[in-house]
Amino acid sequence: MSDLAGVLEGREVVVCAGPGGVGKTTSAAAIGLAMAARGLRVAVLTIDPARRLADSLGLEEIGGEERRVDPERLSAAGVEARGELWAAMLDTKRTWDELIERHAPDERTRDAVLGNRIYKELSSAVAGSQEYMAMEKLHELHAEGRYDLLVLDTPPTRNALDFLDAPARLSRFIDSRSLRLFLRSNRGSLRLLGRSSQALFAVLRRVTGVDLLEDMAEFFRSFGGMSEGFERRAREVGALLADRERTTFVVVASPAEEAVDEAIFFRRRLRESGLPFGAAVVNRVHYAPAEAPDAGVEGELVELVGDDLARRVARNAADWRALAERDRLGLERLAAELDGEPLVRVPDLDDDVHDLDGLVRVNEHLFGGTQRRTAT
Amino acid sequence: MSPSLLDKRLVFVTGKGGVGRTTVAAALGLAAARRGKRAIVCEVAQQERVSRALGGAGVGFEETELAPGLWAISIDPQRAMEEYLRDRIGSRRLSELVFENRLFQYLTAATPGMRELLTMGKIWELAQLERRIPEAAPYDIVIVDAPATGHGLGIMRTPRTFSDVARVGPIRRQADIIHSFVVGPKTGVLCVARPEEMPVNETLHFRRALQADMGIALDAVAVNALYPERFSAADAGRIGGLDGRGSPIARAALGAALEEHARARTQRSQLRRLRRELDDVPVLGLPFLFTPSVGLPEWGRLAGELERSL
Repeated sequence: MSDLAGVLEGREVVVCAGPGGVGKTTSAAAIGLAMAARGLRVAVLTIDPARRLADSLGLEEIGGEERRVDPERLSAAGVEARGELWAAMLDTKRTWDELIERHAPDERTRDAVLGNRIYKELSSAVAGSQEYMAMEKLHELHAEGRYDLLVLDTPPTRNALDFLDAPARLSRFIDSRSLRLFLRSNRGSLRLLGRSSQALFAVLRRVTGVDLLEDMAEFFRSFGGMSEGFERRAREVGALLADRERTTFVVVASPAEEAVDEAIFFRRRLRESGLPFGAAVVNRVHYAPAEAPDAGVEGELVELVGDDLARRVARNAADWRALAERDRLGLERLAAELDGEPLVRVPDLDDDVHDLDGLVRVNEHLFGGTQRRTAT
Repeated sequence: MSPSLLDKRLVFVTGKGGVGRTTVAAALGLAAARRGKRAIVCEVAQQERVSRALGGAGVGFEETELAPGLWAISIDPQRAMEEYLRDRIGSRRLSELVFENRLFQYLTAATPGMRELLTMGKIWELAQLERRIPEAAPYDIVIVDAPATGHGLGIMRTPRTFSDVARVGPIRRQADIIHSFVVGPKTGVLCVARPEEMPVNETLHFRRALQADMGIALDAVAVNALYPERFSAADAGRIGGLDGRGSPIARAALGAALEEHARARTQRSQLRRLRRELDDVPVLGLPFLFTPSVGLPEWGRLAGELERSL
């Protein structure tokens, strides 16, 4: 069994975290594919998959609901799936709407939120919103229990672990005493607030205009009515993510300096938050000719292909060796941080990976290629 | 690249995650500085990659000169709010009273889009010849190392969204002013891509979304990390024709050459697709850097490439 297969064995949730642009979505999809091939019913939850990856999984028409990837597509790519592969693209706006519809205590609250202009204009466009939705969707699907494994591709925000705090942040806010006072307040009861809050309201009116202020108050008031449900789910998701029997985090990176910095940051952040780290996956690793062509070899190259071409061949080999050396140093740095924890390397594949065949190729490196029926 | 990009007052640099937005933003800043302009690169997510790439501590919210003519700032929405309140309210004491109010802090932290609006407000302020900050010197060009395409567009739209929500009042007026500047002739948008399937698709998608959501055209695309075209098809044929002759080390070097040829060819076909689909949008190529890390010398090299095309 490969390192990664061992890490995933028996888990119910895999969270793929890492900086943007290192192949996180691809890794999540590849893990989902491999585990479906091993007989599990798997759902991959992704934020914004590249068009062609979505197309090749047959997901072009889906919204927030998970859809099954046609087993014939998997067969055509040489994967004999004993289980099932499902995938969903998280649609922030739609997930928010569904959430409000499901959890509003009554119709009036529901309509007040859905009709609120701040909600309508901003709910989907906001940083943190995607993170929050990912957590909600994870909670929903895990509670339903229809899948053996959920693979969550986290949003490519720069502070990519913020999503861990998103539920807690929201419930903290909704629960705050100040907010409750604010929500109850109107011109008449402002005297109940401290002097600074009174000054605040006067200034806020001046700075924002009354209209906006009232929309904001209504927005928070409506949300306040749902705070219990938000808090409960935030607690449950937190407990699920921290449960090392059920959940594992896979940190995805590339060997470039910045990506390694971020991977190290993520590893530490998981440790500090008491969350179960499983493995690091490093994509796009460059390998190069092991030895530099010395003077003797340069002479040989000249003999083989002539002066001009030999010079370019030697120069090219030197560049790629430099790149491979950069990657080796990056991996070494990450390995030192991991201190024996699993580190899986995926070489730089010649074009970027954007279809099922590509995922199968990635899996040869992630899992040692055991799930491929035939070479193509 | 549009010859006028360096003549803009404000340039947003966006693109898919991992394509090198920060590097291109810094190189563009350096290119502007070399032309004698006073340039500032704005980071928006507290990453401070620009200043850290130079080995220093983060610059934070202070406008800091990193190289002659090249400044950097990392925009902190809380600090921007403080600044805005001081400017609006006039009284430092009263603005501090408001700012330190916990309820106020909750509200600004929780109101959807507030951080983005404050960030855009500060970007706009930096791009004004008449700065709102007392005694602050104006910049010739402000370059924003913006978030990745989806969120990058979101942040650019925020002022208009708030203007729609607020309908009337000072926020509406301020948001309208910022929005007009962002869609006006003094602002440019540069999308960074890599010559690969997914980043090219995302660039094309971004261009359509920019037109649809903001009603503005993409000014240019920078295609980053282009492999050198060292080997022609004839070279590759010649190497292939050796049929595995040579010592192991020579064969490895020749193999690497064939691989480079194949990669460069794949990239060129993506580059051609990008140019074809973009038709009139200028596309600018930047070389792949085989260096262990990226800092001032590398930005300098890329700035040189940019200058040649400007």
